[in-house]
Amino acid sequence: MTDASLRGGEPTRRWSWTDPKLRSLVLQGLLGIFLIGMAWAILANAQANLARQGIASGFGFLDNSAGFGISQTLIPYSESMSYGRAFLVGLLNTLLVAFLGIIIATIIGFLVGVARLSDNVVIKALASAYVEVTRNLPPLFQIMFWYIAVLAALPNPRQSLGFGIQPLLNALGDGAAAIGLAPLGAALKGFAASFGTPGVFLNNRGLVIPRPLFEAGSDVVGLALVAAIVLIFVLARWAKRRRVATGQQFPVFWTSLALLIVLPLIAGAATGFPVAFEKPELKGFNFAGGIRVIPEFVALLLALSIYTAGFIAEIVRAGIVSVSKGQTEAAASLGLKPGLTMRLVVIPQAMRVIIPPLTSQYLNLTKNSTLGVAVGYPDLFAIFAGTTLNQTGQAIEIIAITMAVYLTISILTTIVMNWYNRRVALVER
Amino acid sequence: MKRILIAAAGVLALSAGVAKATTLDDVKARGALNCGVTQGLPGFSSPDDKGNWTGIDVDFCRAVAAAIFNDANKVRFTPLSAKDRFTALQSGAIDVLSRNTTWTMSRDTTLGFNFAGVMYYDGQGFMVRKSLNIKSAKELNGASICVQTGTTHELNLGDYFRANNMKYEVIAFSTIDETVKAYDSGRCDVFTSDQSQIYAIKLKLTNAGDHIVLPEVISKEPLGPLVRHGDDQWFDLIKWTYYALLNAEELGVTQKNADQEVNSANPEVKRLLGSDGKFGEGIGLSNDWALRAVKQVGNYGEIFDRNVGPNSPLGIQRGLNKLWTQGGLQYGMPIR
Repeated sequence: MTDASLRGGEPTRRWSWTDPKLRSLVLQGLLGIFLIGMAWAILANAQANLARQGIASGFGFLDNSAGFGISQTLIPYSESMSYGRAFLVGLLNTLLVAFLGIIIATIIGFLVGVARLSDNVVIKALASAYVEVTRNLPPLFQIMFWYIAVLAALPNPRQSLGFGIQPLLNALGDGAAAIGLAPLGAALKGFAASFGTPGVFLNNRGLVIPRPLFEAGSDVVGLALVAAIVLIFVLARWAKRRRVATGQQFPVFWTSLALLIVLPLIAGAATGFPVAFEKPELKGFNFAGGIRVIPEFVALLLALSIYTAGFIAEIVRAGIVSVSKGQTEAAASLGLKPGLTMRLVVIPQAMRVIIPPLTSQYLNLTKNSTLGVAVGYPDLFAIFAGTTLNQTGQAIEIIAITMAVYLTISILTTIVMNWYNRRVALVER
Repeated sequence: MKRILIAAAGVLALSAGVAKATTLDDVKARGALNCGVTQGLPGFSSPDDKGNWTGIDVDFCRAVAAAIFNDANKVRFTPLSAKDRFTALQSGAIDVLSRNTTWTMSRDTTLGFNFAGVMYYDGQGFMVRKSLNIKSAKELNGASICVQTGTTHELNLGDYFRANNMKYEVIAFSTIDETVKAYDSGRCDVFTSDQSQIYAIKLKLTNAGDHIVLPEVISKEPLGPLVRHGDDQWFDLIKWTYYALLNAEELGVTQKNADQEVNSANPEVKRLLGSDGKFGEGIGLSNDWALRAVKQVGNYGEIFDRNVGPNSPLGIQRGLNKLWTQGGLQYGMPIR
């Protein structure tokens, strides 16, 4: 069948089945009507059945009080708050584990990916072993491994492992005494005692760290931090302009690091260090005060990061290998050092290959966070599509909301990654 | 075009599906009752070493199957987590949920269910390690508590600790096995559930003797079978099977003597066993429905004793679950 325009561009249209344009229009219209009818039928059927069985419907349940407790809440929450609030708590827990997981997985993945291409046989073998082990074990298994085999084996709160400057000083004191410097050992131990109990504890209920309490004047330190960040941006632009103009290098990284540390430090000294720490203390069953990182979170974060890093390592390796050897040789012939060659020539070109599959891995990690339900991590899926669904029985609404949320998170991730992809994409000339 | 026609027919079929046959017809056509049970809770519903389901909740479904098919084995058991059980019943994947489920108002109304009766009157309790030296639930301030998600226990915890102005940390798992494992490994100080369930689970712990059940019972947990809204005949059938099991015990009709009792002089026994009146027809069955149920599964007392009572490893006293004539709460409505 030839296209109408090929038949000499006839201006008159005949309404006939032999006109492919018209025919496809009619067929697509029919298909559209059919799909809409189908969706309507499904909706009407669901509504009729819900009404017939007397099951509540609508989104009013979001305002009802939830009544159940949640073990990890980033925002204030209590049982008397609403299902809507519980939804937010779960959403933030999901975002937390996904965000941190993506960062950790990317760091481990890049290191291992580069390590697999190392000339050092031991490093190469270790990296290969890492990839093969993590990539080939199911993520659920890895979560259970960290939760049951590693974290559950930690001591109970009363026998917590304490970390802090005190045990370190004590150990040093013991060491000094052992080699015959008894007075030094005693002095070190005395110094250690002045610190009180250690501030960081590890037990089978999680990791407890002191909670910083910001007192009056801490906003000055915060401002100094912001000022440092602004200065770093200005510095980077200036350094680039100077390099382009004169070819002279400026140590931007070290200067930035110094700015980032020194400025807040000066501000802190000027205001008399307005940060106190609330030390965790053993009270009754567990530690009171401080910030506690629950083992469910740690197990899920470790498992997801380590599992996804295995895939990212392979993606990074593939990206680097895809850059032709001639590029490296050309860079070397220009006198670039290997480190600079990697950073300025190979990685930017490898990024074009790395980014699209990397995006998929980020999406996978976010979606795999729902496996946290197996170890009782209160993520969106467990809190909302689990407990809330069970308590309210409103499966259709809750599944729809949950779908919309995961879809939104995934699409936002994709948009950000696509934007970054366009920035690093090869500009064809 | 042909494809479109087929699809249009599909739409018609879909909308025609709204007008459904009754549950009893479906069950009869299928040749088996679909019964939702736990994933393994000794005494209530758990598979034995040969893969046969046993327990008080399982026996109730067997009694219903016996009443319908005259064959207590025509039951397909679907193990469900506490979280998923309601969706399974709402969607029609099972015909009856007999899974130590607490009768609450919201479940009976907005979730779209009807509770048929109470197979076991229970209450929520706590289990802790003996080494903690705790004697009362009032001493649990600040404790970490392991609980199964999607249960009334999760909500009762919130109520109890708020009412007593205590703090707690709740770690909610989706299956009972995960919950117990977390408690056993020391993640939690406290395990909470129905007391009957706690006794059953205590037997499964690594060192059962290291744990004690605290005296407090913090809630009412009437556990019973339920069906979905929209089929009153099916609701009646389930409800009256339950009453028949109770009445059988009250009238002294047992698995052994059921056949002789058909000719009993007692008119109440005659009505129960179908030798007088046409009560079975009211629920769409033949009149000897209760005889079939009792003959194959036993009366309520026999079911209780066999699964959770003195003749079982659990060894739980009847307590509240005695018949009303013996000072308990179990009361079968009269068949007449």
